[in-house]
Amino acid sequence: MFEEEQSFPIVIVGHVDHGKSTLIGRLLYDTGCLPPDRFAEIQRSSEMLGKRLEFAFVMDCLEEERERGITIDTTQTFFRTPKRKYVIIDAPGHKEFLKNMITGTSQAEAALLLIDSFEGIRDQTKRHAYILGMLGLKQICVLLNKIDLVDYSQAKFNELKSEITDFLGQLDIHPTFILPISAIHGDNVAKSSEKVSWFDGLTVLQALDTFEELKVEEKPLRFPIQDIYRMDGEKVVVGRVEAGHLTKGETLFLLPEKKKVTIKRIKKFLADDLTTAGFEESVGIYLKGRPRVRRGGILAGDLTSKISDTITANIFWMDPEGFQMGDPLLFRCVTQEVSCRIEKIFKKFDPAAMEWIEEDASLIQGAEVAHALIRLDAQVVVDSFHDIPEMGRFVLEKEGSPVAGGIIL
Amino acid sequence: MDHLTSLENKSIYVIREAYNRFKNIAMLWSVGKDSTTLLWLCRKAFFGQIPFPIIHIDTSYKFPEMYQFRDERVKEWNLKLLVGKNEEKLEGGMGPGQGSKLDCCNELKTNALKKVIKKYGLKAILLGIRRDEHGIRAKERYFSPRDSQFKWDYENQPAELWDQYQSVVEEEEHFRIHPILHFTELDVWSYVRREGLPIVSLYFSRNGKRFRSIGCLPCCSPIDSQASTIDEIVEEIRTSKTSERSGRAQDKENIYTMQKLRALGYM
Repeated sequence: MFEEEQSFPIVIVGHVDHGKSTLIGRLLYDTGCLPPDRFAEIQRSSEMLGKRLEFAFVMDCLEEERERGITIDTTQTFFRTPKRKYVIIDAPGHKEFLKNMITGTSQAEAALLLIDSFEGIRDQTKRHAYILGMLGLKQICVLLNKIDLVDYSQAKFNELKSEITDFLGQLDIHPTFILPISAIHGDNVAKSSEKVSWFDGLTVLQALDTFEELKVEEKPLRFPIQDIYRMDGEKVVVGRVEAGHLTKGETLFLLPEKKKVTIKRIKKFLADDLTTAGFEESVGIYLKGRPRVRRGGILAGDLTSKISDTITANIFWMDPEGFQMGDPLLFRCVTQEVSCRIEKIFKKFDPAAMEWIEEDASLIQGAEVAHALIRLDAQVVVDSFHDIPEMGRFVLEKEGSPVAGGIIL
Repeated sequence: MDHLTSLENKSIYVIREAYNRFKNIAMLWSVGKDSTTLLWLCRKAFFGQIPFPIIHIDTSYKFPEMYQFRDERVKEWNLKLLVGKNEEKLEGGMGPGQGSKLDCCNELKTNALKKVIKKYGLKAILLGIRRDEHGIRAKERYFSPRDSQFKWDYENQPAELWDQYQSVVEEEEHFRIHPILHFTELDVWSYVRREGLPIVSLYFSRNGKRFRSIGCLPCCSPIDSQASTIDEIVEEIRTSKTSERSGRAQDKENIYTMQKLRALGYM
C-alpha cells in the first residue's frame, strides 16, 4: 500500500513568448514525465510544421496553438520530483486571453513568473504579477529565462533582478526566489548548469520543492446552502463547508436573516449520522423544526460577517469588452446570486501602466482594475478576503457570462 | 482531509451545482472506469437516489462484458437507463471497417448523442472526462457550453474561477459538465479501490493482456500487462511510462483527430 498523493498546483505566467510552454515541456522531459508516445507525437507534429523539436507542444495541443506558436487556453499537466507530484497550469500570455490566465491562476498555490532576460519586463509581466498579488498568491518564484540570449551574463542577471525586485515591491509582492534559467537548453531547470556557475542558488525544481501546501486554519463556520432536497418527507439541506466546521446539535445563525437554527443530523451517502463535517466537505444536514431555508442562505457560527446591500471591492475586468456605467450585472459569491449595479468607480488602475489612471470613472476597460462601490438588490453575506477568502471573493456576470472577478477588502 | 476525499467532495459540489441549474439533465455512462466512478459520485451526491436518467450511447460495437456490466448495475443501483443509438447509420452499415475513424466515432457516438439530447430536450449532460487524459481535455472547463451544432468554441471559453460556473443557456444550447475533470487516471483507480467499486472485467489481465481504456471492440487494443487485481493496476499505472489512450485507434489516425472530434461534439 502507498499513500495517495495530492498534486501541488503551480501556475506558470508571464508575457507572451517569454517561454512558459517551453519551460513546461522541459520540466516534463527532464523529470521523465513525458510518455514516449506523446514525445513521438510532438516530434511528428514539429516536423509537419517544419520546426525543430517544440517542447511547447506538450501544452499547446490545439492545431491553431501550434501553428501560431501561442497558448490560447489554460492547460494542465503533471510531473513529479522525488519529493512530490505537481500539476502545472500553463496560462496564456496574450492580453486577449486574460480570462483564461485568471481561470488558471485561481487554481494555483504557487506561481512561476517567467521573464525573458533579453526583453525584460513587459505589459503582461506587469498584469500577471498584479493578478498574482490580487488573488493572494504568496509563493512566487521569478525565472529570468533565456539567459543564454544574454550570454549567461551575471551582470545582466543582477541588473534585471534589482529592477524586478523594485517593480514587484511596488505591488507588495516579494518573490521567494529569482533564478536565471534557459528553458530551451535546460540550464538550471532540473539541474544546475556550468554556464551559470556564478549562480549559487537553487534550480527550478529545488525551488518548487520548498513551497508549502496551504494550511487549513480554524475559522468560524460558513456553510452556504447549495440546494434543498426532499427525501422521505424531510428537507435535506446540502452544501459545502467553506470555513470552520459543522457539529451535530450545534445552534447556528441563518444569514442574512440572523435566525437561530439547530443541526439535528449531518449525513453523507452510506454515513447516515455524522458528528462533524470539516472544511471543504460536501454534506447534507437536517435542521430542527421547520425553518424556511433557500439556496444562497448562509449558516454561520457567529455574527462577524458583513451583511449588507452595498460592497466596496477591487474588481478586475476580464471581459475584453469592458464595462460601462449602468450595465446590469449579477453578483455571485459562493451560492449567493443577486443582481447589482456598480454605483461608483472611485478610481481605476491599469496594471500594465502601474498607475491609477482615473478617478470617478464611468468606464472600465478589459484588463483594468477598479476600486468600486457595488449596490445590490438584496442583502448579501460576505467576509473580507483576508479573513475568509471563500466568502470574500466574487464573480460578476453580464448577460449570463462571467465578466469580472472581485476581492472584498 | 485525505486526497481522494478532497477530490470526491469537489466532484459532489459540481454535480449538485449542475442539478440545481438544470432539471433537464442526464449523465452519460460509457460503462468504463471513469464514468462508472462518476456514476458512483452521483449516487453519493443524491444519497443513493439519482434523480436524473443515465444515458448509454450504444454503437453496437461494445464488448459483451460491457453490456453485461451495464445491465447488472442498472438493476443493482436502480438506474433510469436510456440507450441511444444511431439506428439509421447502423442500418446503413456504418462501422469501424467503413471509412475513417473520425466519421465512425462522429456518427455512432456524437450524432447518436445529438439524437438523445434532442429527443429528451436535455439542457445539460454530465460526463466523466479528465484533464490528464489528453491535451485537448486539459483545456476543458467544469461547465462547458456547446452550441446547437454541438460545437465547442475552445478559443473562447468562459472564465471559470472560484467554483462559479457559467450556466445560462440559449434555446438551442446545452452544457457539458465535467465533475471529475480534476481526477487523474491513478486517482480513479485509487478511488475505485477505496470505494470497492465494481468494474468491467476487461480492465483485468487475462493471458498477459488487459485493456487500459475501453470503448468499441474493434478500435481498442489491449496492453501487455500482468495486472489482474486493482492493487496491481494501481501499481502498474504508478510506474507506467506510456499514456492511457495509447490503445485508442481514433487518437492515432491524425494528430488533430481528437481536437476535430471534440470540436464536432465528441465526448
